[in-house]
Amino acid sequence: MPTTAPTAHALADVTASDSTLRRFLHGLPGVDAVGLEARAASLGTRSIKTTAKAYAIDLAISMVDLTTLEGADTPGKVRALGAKAVHPDPTDRTTPTTAAVCVYPDMVAVAKEAVAGSGVKVASVATAFPAGRAALDVKLADVRDAVAAGADEIDMVIDRGAFLAGKYLKVYDEIVAVKEACGTSARLKVIFETGELSTYDNIRRASWLGMLAGADFIKTSTGKVAVNATPANTLLMLEAVRDFRAQTGIQVGVKPAGGIRTTKDAIKFLVLVNETAGEDWLDNHWFRFGASSLLNDLLMQRQKLATGRYSGPDYVTVD
Amino acid sequence: MSEKSEKTEKSEKSEQQRLSVFKTYKLYVGGKFPRSESGRVYEVTDSKGNWLANAPQSSRKDARDAVVAARKAVGGWSGATAYNRGQILYRVAEMLEGRREQFVREVAEAEGLSKSKAAAQVDAAIDRWVWYAGWTDKIAQVVGGGNPVAGPFFNLSSPEPTGVVAVLAPQESSFLGLVSVIAPVIATGNTAIVIASEKSPLPALSLGEVLATSDLPGGVVNVLSGRTAEIAAPLAAHQDVNAIDLAGADDVLAKELEIAAADNLKRVLRPQPVDDWSATPGIDRMTTFLETKTVWHPTGSLGASGSSY
Repeated sequence: MPTTAPTAHALADVTASDSTLRRFLHGLPGVDAVGLEARAASLGTRSIKTTAKAYAIDLAISMVDLTTLEGADTPGKVRALGAKAVHPDPTDRTTPTTAAVCVYPDMVAVAKEAVAGSGVKVASVATAFPAGRAALDVKLADVRDAVAAGADEIDMVIDRGAFLAGKYLKVYDEIVAVKEACGTSARLKVIFETGELSTYDNIRRASWLGMLAGADFIKTSTGKVAVNATPANTLLMLEAVRDFRAQTGIQVGVKPAGGIRTTKDAIKFLVLVNETAGEDWLDNHWFRFGASSLLNDLLMQRQKLATGRYSGPDYVTVD
Repeated sequence: MSEKSEKTEKSEKSEQQRLSVFKTYKLYVGGKFPRSESGRVYEVTDSKGNWLANAPQSSRKDARDAVVAARKAVGGWSGATAYNRGQILYRVAEMLEGRREQFVREVAEAEGLSKSKAAAQVDAAIDRWVWYAGWTDKIAQVVGGGNPVAGPFFNLSSPEPTGVVAVLAPQESSFLGLVSVIAPVIATGNTAIVIASEKSPLPALSLGEVLATSDLPGGVVNVLSGRTAEIAAPLAAHQDVNAIDLAGADDVLAKELEIAAADNLKRVLRPQPVDDWSATPGIDRMTTFLETKTVWHPTGSLGASGSSY
């Protein structure tokens, strides 16, 4: 469902000052950690088979942000990744394309060329990814660079140091500034690095902070720390986007990233989406997987469903 | 009743009442001992039909998990030096020697043999591990070597392991036959998924416990028990299995599996008529699961000075 224009922004006065923002974020109900994890675990036990599984696999493939974020990325590797995003399984043209490729800003032009005309988007991490430790000017220049090179989506990291120090308004202002730098052409994904936020309460606060600042997507992690997307923290963020839409009418997407490697895991996340946020989010405009090795497993499962034989890593690309 | 007699009675009672500890036989997959993913078990009986234990009845998903474990182990095991593989195989023999009594009992029950005959089988099986342990660093010299070629090249052939091998263990010889099909597969650096004898899987499942304590890396041997036909079908069709040994398949099943295996050009070892597993096996079972890699290496041509430098 497309978002409706926000009726008089219900939460406008929240961001008036540091203290109102803090009062609002700390006024959010605390998270029942045990209940959250139990709920995430119980939703993970659903049995998805046969035609439902086939649907889920295709949906998951269409939601993958195929990612390469290595110091060793070469133009050749990015082109190969682009080719894979456009034709994930070259032997079966009924396979959907992935949602996007996700690269560093200097590789955006190469990626753009590789996926030209396919509908696959190019996402770029920016704002001194993954640490986010740089001056605002540098971060904004990073963003403008990526947008100028043609990025359709910007994945920014928040300043976790400021967030943990309680300087919420600083984080807010930074997101707003980056959103402005994105202009109208690029959608903004805000990465919280949930593994560094320590508590579920912090994840809930960060989610609301990001959404208030105008994020189009909230994203769990960079994939560069020990704890990445887990069913529990993704469930928490899904609850946040659901509640945010109920209050403001604005729909925000969710992107779990890092550590999702198997089809089974991916389908568990789709169950979470459907049961928490609802069907409106079961679309690659509103839900994404930040992953690289996940796609190969999805393709192997897809081949298994098509042929009845278990497939192997010899039948998908090495990347 | 006097105090003394009461005491004696108590101690007698406690001796009588010690509950028997039944063993839960489990699969051996990836170095761990899981139950079947399906949760199923089936009754295993001795040759007279008396209940022995419940063995896990593996499903195709157990087979799939075993392939994943076996594939993961290929790099480390095939990359280990032949000498190291020999040491580990010898260690298996050592560990078996220490549990000889247990295996003699299990083989006797499974195959309905007298104790002395079962002991002979177990001894032969232990000796077989030693025999194959010796072969690990010698097979390359026997089946590989330098080839004479007409040109300034060294031309060298060396045997390489095929990869993941599915093994249907013999149905009748539950232990000696089993060892005789596993050892040659792993001696040369392959990893194996073994389907134990359907009727008498207990010695095979116990062998998993021995392998786990022999420095054999997890995943090199994976032991599944259950209905042979049910587990073998997905393995024969699996695209990530490189070879299959059909020793434990009957004619009808062997034909079906061979057809399924043709899809990704698996190496297939058809069931061989074996009268007596105790005969010296020869190297055929090893060479079946080896591929030959040949490399050409320039020698450097001799210059006018008589030297290539």
